Amino acid sequence: MAFFDKLFSGLSKTRKQLDDNLAEVFDRDRIDEDFYDDLEELLILSDIGVTATQNIIDDLRRDEYYEHIRKPKALGMHMVKKIEQIMSTCESDYSFEEKKSVVLVVGVNGVGKTTTIGKLASQYMARGRKVMVAAADTFRAAAQEQLAVWAERSGALLVAGSDGQDPSSVVYDAISSARSKDIDILLIDTAGRLNNKKNLMEELAKMKRIIDREYPESCKETLIVLDGATGQNALEQARQFKEVTDVSGVIITKLDGSAKGGIAIAIQSELQIPVKYIGVGEGIDDLQKFDAKEYVRALFYKEVNDEDGDKEQ
Amino acid sequence: MAFESLTDKLQNVFKGLKSKGRLTEADVRIALREVKMALLEADVNFKVVKQFVKSVEERAVGSDVMNGLNPGQMVIKIVNEEMTALMGSETTELSFLPGQAKTVIMMCGLQGSGKTTSAAKLALALSKKGKKSLLVACDVYRPAAFEQLKVNAEKVGADFYGIEGEKDPLKIVRSAMDAAAANSDNIVIIDTAGRLQIDEVLMEELANIKATVDVHQTLLVVDAMTGQEAVNVASAFNDRIGIDGVVLSKMDGDARGGAALSVKAVTGKPVLFVGMGEKLTDLDQFYPDRMASRILGMGDVLSLIEKAGQQIDADTEKEMTAKLKKGKFDFEDYLMSMNQMKKMGGISSIMSMLPGMGGMLPKGANMSDLADQIDEKKLARTEAIILSMTKKERQDPDLLNPSRKHRIAKGAGVDIAEVNRLVKQFKETQKMMKRLPGMMGKRGRFKLPF
Repeated sequence: MAFFDKLFSGLSKTRKQLDDNLAEVFDRDRIDEDFYDDLEELLILSDIGVTATQNIIDDLRRDEYYEHIRKPKALGMHMVKKIEQIMSTCESDYSFEEKKSVVLVVGVNGVGKTTTIGKLASQYMARGRKVMVAAADTFRAAAQEQLAVWAERSGALLVAGSDGQDPSSVVYDAISSARSKDIDILLIDTAGRLNNKKNLMEELAKMKRIIDREYPESCKETLIVLDGATGQNALEQARQFKEVTDVSGVIITKLDGSAKGGIAIAIQSELQIPVKYIGVGEGIDDLQKFDAKEYVRALFYKEVNDEDGDKEQ
Repeated sequence: MAFESLTDKLQNVFKGLKSKGRLTEADVRIALREVKMALLEADVNFKVVKQFVKSVEERAVGSDVMNGLNPGQMVIKIVNEEMTALMGSETTELSFLPGQAKTVIMMCGLQGSGKTTSAAKLALALSKKGKKSLLVACDVYRPAAFEQLKVNAEKVGADFYGIEGEKDPLKIVRSAMDAAAANSDNIVIIDTAGRLQIDEVLMEELANIKATVDVHQTLLVVDAMTGQEAVNVASAFNDRIGIDGVVLSKMDGDARGGAALSVKAVTGKPVLFVGMGEKLTDLDQFYPDRMASRILGMGDVLSLIEKAGQQIDADTEKEMTAKLKKGKFDFEDYLMSMNQMKKMGGISSIMSMLPGMGGMLPKGANMSDLADQIDEKKLARTEAIILSMTKKERQDPDLLNPSRKHRIAKGAGVDIAEVNRLVKQFKETQKMMKRLPGMMGKRGRFKLPF
């Protein structure tokens, strides 16, 4: 009973409250096959994926045995803590925000890259950073205009190309402009591309090379934007974008729906890319720094109404 | 991405299994575990999978294993049939109002699912059928959505209607109908803003559009990469707004597209179109049976057959089949079939499209290994050897004595051992062909051993 004891010895009010809100799966009396079946369902429905789900359940079975965990609720808390640990970010993950940096934003079509950049630009500007946005999506109709609107809203400077222009040349122009204007953060918007399109991925690799070559002293960050409703393909997206652009962080958008974005767990554990931001709404401030606790809570806790729930946790 | 196909997995599962005749409960259970995993990996919704597996189980247990199939193949056959039944076996066409009436089509879906692009693609596809479309910009929220649709409308040669700065979609659709009348358009395609299915205000907006104009077809655009959420999205849009069909976008990616099955299962509404690329011409008809194969990772057999049909000229095929049936088959034929393989994009591309190849593999190998093993260079050498033979030698391999083989080896620039190996292999193949004339049906060409 060591683990059980440890967990509940310093039981604070908050923890008890959290514990009570664990998903219904954990309300059972004992840990049996039905419990694991239901847990499997919960995990898979969150898009965590077959393999990661299997790994989590195997781990839990082992821990149940070796750490003598008897109650589903205790096992649930155990799991929550472990996943929270895996998903936790550290301060250095955001150090690019305080330096002179170039942030390349990549992803497949329709995940919300342009909108995310608009929101990031607004937030950085509000914090007093000098921001420039570069519209290197020269393919999609009106992508330039869309980013221009965001630049105007946020007050960030804009470097745009013309339709059909080589996006790398936009990147080049943006870097020289950012240098001469002493910009703190340069955000580069790229065209959405599916990860299995070799030529387009090559184009992205070229942009990355230009950044490395033209602005070597900058802090280089590559963020991949993933749609929260995407299933198992998100892992493949992260893997393949990482290969060509050395992705250093994940942004999950559209988590204000009922999608859970559980694939982030697989991405973190298989590719070691941390989630840095999540999008939970249309507003500028709805793009938030990732909080592992909140995330895990959304995955494994009962949905609570705002009145009963303790939002501070 | 190299998925291990379900077919390969099942072949492996059943490798040690000798049971013939009837599928036992144990056989089925083992097989269905793999089926379940494959479906979940393909992002089919958990609940849909559960139900599907149950119905397959009920049908499969105790059913007879057909002649010529092993238990694994039999389960696959049943799975495939059930899947096709669920997906719908027929291609569904978009419906139009008859005569001069204006068909109003409303596109809806989540943000970023591809509504604006799909709307433009649809206008282009319909223009090829002689219809004239008016694209209506009703996304009053996303910056530059208006411009995006306008530019795309121009590209596809469709009419465009929008009121820049207008925030009331109802006003826009009302006057759009007048514009359509003035332009004598017979199709009106309304592009709406992306919205979450739980956003009651925005869902209400869609319902209001439907109440304002007579929408004939409401199309839900679903990203092919959608995960478990597809079920919630589809059922919410269907319950709240009522949808008539689905456009599955971004199918040119490498997602399995299990969302298609989830959506069909919960709404019963057909997928009408699939988006296959970024060009505005990239909108295709939807073929449910092919989708079933893709989700299961069973290779796109139908595409292969179609491709083969286009490339292989029918007479050659007939001639070849006749020869095969008689067990007469010489190096000339070998050469010809090799050339046809090349036309179809090389052996490895064919292998990847063919299901059921797993059974031919050595233990532990999977499809991608096999494709790697078949060295296309080696095939080129084989070709060189055959080309170094005289016509007579090709027709009658028995002529090949050591001195002829020496000459051939020199001509082809290979070792004589390689010539010997090819001849030996060829004779074995000939023997096998004679023994198995019954196996050579219409599709006999696919069984050519290389």
